[in-house]
Amino acid sequence: MKRLKSLLITWEGLLVLLLLISVVMGSVLSPFFMSGFNFYALTSNIMEIAIMALPMTLIIIAGEIDLSVASVLGLTSVVLGLLWERGYPMWFAIGVALLVGLVAGCLNGLLVTKLALPSLVVTIGTLALYRGLAYVVLGDQAVSNFPSSFTSLGFGTIPGTEIPWSGLILAILVLIFVVVLHFSRLGRQLYAIGNNKEAARFSGVNVSRVKLMLFILSSVIAALAGVIFTARFSSARPDNALGFELYVVTVVLLGGVNIFGGRGSLLGVMLAIFIVAVLQNALGLVNISGDIQSLTIGLLLILSVLGPNIARRIQVVITRWRLVAGSSKQV
Amino acid sequence: MTTTSQEVERAKQRSQVGQARLLGLVSRVRELGLLIVLLFIIFIVGIQVPRFLSIDNFEQILLSVAILAIVAVGETLVVLTRNVDLSVGSMVGVTAFVTAYFFKQLPNVNLLLGILLGCALGLVLGIINGLIVSFGRVPAIVATLGTLYVYRGLVFVTAANTTSQINASDVPTDYLALATTQIFGIPALILIAAVIAIIIGYFLHASHSGRQLYAVGSNPEAADMIGIRRNWLVFGAFAASGLLCGLAGVLWGARFATVDATNATGLELQVIAAVVVGGVNIFGGSGTILGAVLGAVVLGTLQNALNILNISQFWLQAIYGAAIIGAVVLDAFITRWLQRTILFRRKKA
Repeated sequence: MKRLKSLLITWEGLLVLLLLISVVMGSVLSPFFMSGFNFYALTSNIMEIAIMALPMTLIIIAGEIDLSVASVLGLTSVVLGLLWERGYPMWFAIGVALLVGLVAGCLNGLLVTKLALPSLVVTIGTLALYRGLAYVVLGDQAVSNFPSSFTSLGFGTIPGTEIPWSGLILAILVLIFVVVLHFSRLGRQLYAIGNNKEAARFSGVNVSRVKLMLFILSSVIAALAGVIFTARFSSARPDNALGFELYVVTVVLLGGVNIFGGRGSLLGVMLAIFIVAVLQNALGLVNISGDIQSLTIGLLLILSVLGPNIARRIQVVITRWRLVAGSSKQV
Repeated sequence: MTTTSQEVERAKQRSQVGQARLLGLVSRVRELGLLIVLLFIIFIVGIQVPRFLSIDNFEQILLSVAILAIVAVGETLVVLTRNVDLSVGSMVGVTAFVTAYFFKQLPNVNLLLGILLGCALGLVLGIINGLIVSFGRVPAIVATLGTLYVYRGLVFVTAANTTSQINASDVPTDYLALATTQIFGIPALILIAAVIAIIIGYFLHASHSGRQLYAVGSNPEAADMIGIRRNWLVFGAFAASGLLCGLAGVLWGARFATVDATNATGLELQVIAAVVVGGVNIFGGSGTILGAVLGAVVLGTLQNALNILNISQFWLQAIYGAAIIGAVVLDAFITRWLQRTILFRRKKA
């Protein structure tokens, strides 16, 4: 009993509970929830967010943040669309899109590391800049005549299953990120940087280089998410994935990663991704619009930081009360 | 022995005074620089399109800047305390929609009541932000990113339960007149923005709490130590930002007449651009209302210039982004140069 209690008290235990509750809620709310096709819809809908949450986890653990991911996604999507429309081969367009991600990440990273600017401000700036460039490139146009060989990357499933192809990409990425964060030197360096930047530097961690790498990684992965998003909707528009940074930051913080850096695990983030996916899916099944879904996600974001803070305060009050009660008994 | 330590003390004091003077100088230089940039834009565009230089057009620019400036004044208060308010666009959106809806339902109601309702609603939203940030200990970026979508969601909930759009014909003309009335030949909208900027500017410059706001931003721990109630000041800054957004929302509804659930979406980027372009330091603790308002005017002039030069409005957002990046990079270089100068002076002293 005591073990069960302590397991539930860990953040991951709480997340498992939350996931179970939302699955039960989903199946009560709609008879379609527990169908195979819905599982496919649910997983493919969260795919880009899940992919972008991986590098975001690393960045937040290192004490920074990248708010420009959704804009990088939008920008790479229109670059991809424009090149395809102009008659370039698909592999070339995808290559250039990933390169755009690389350049975008370099700019973010260099501004943060070389000029010692707060990543918060830099990435708010590039959030506007990259999205703005997407509008400059394509205006109010959209490209949608993609070849079926490309769109099957988004629509298609692995033969014999209901798992989308992009799920395979996600699985591979998750594996790589888990190894990097939890079983490598670089991973330990990230925690060190997040806990105490100065101490990390004095123990021989090249903080600037690690951070630069993180921002490049984040934007390249966002570019990859842009390719998948474009394939999934067979459409390249400048407002693709507008506001997705909310979802990405939410799943990372809900996953128990500390906003001030230094703490968190990918297990928690993966659980949080499923919770958000199930929640979004269930709300969609009962015909609640996207904007109102965003409202719940926004609440979830605030609560995932506010909740633990309040819990800690209550704990402090209880301990103080107990101490006072204990001392008065002794007297 | 005593003489040397006295000399050291004196040198220290001298360098501190010098540092303060330099900081003041920089903010003056920053505002002057902005003014030069503004004149430069006006000059360049004016040569190509003389129509740009007409009084009518300047009035148009100021009209389009007025609401942005009011929100930017509130954002300045928040940024000075080393925080940021990302939810301003949604707060303006909520109040604009609710105020317009209120007037639609009760067309014969007193105008002042509707204005007060909008302001009060903005204040409540700002208070919620303030509570979450200063007493819930949630970083401003997370809290206001959340409320950005929560408040916007609220507009959609309201709009879905009512009609999704409110048109100019649905609201009393008294309300719309708010944006078009002229006092002494100057549009009321511009006057309201100017009065607010002057009041808040004076408050920041001269009042006790105003100076404490700077102290909180430049060194939160030190501010705590000298007994400044930091939590309450941060709370107050967010509440004030909400109140000003409420007023801006009321004016937004009057100016654009047609409001739907998406109005003022993305306004936060323009506002943050105006504030940092205006020289308000994103690390908190330095910057002026005059600067923020000038920043808003520069952005408004740019937008107008694009319009007049027939350049696609799609460039606007990229320009806002570039302006934010450019301004913070410039500030970083100025700060570095400043530090080097002070160090150099100290060595000489």
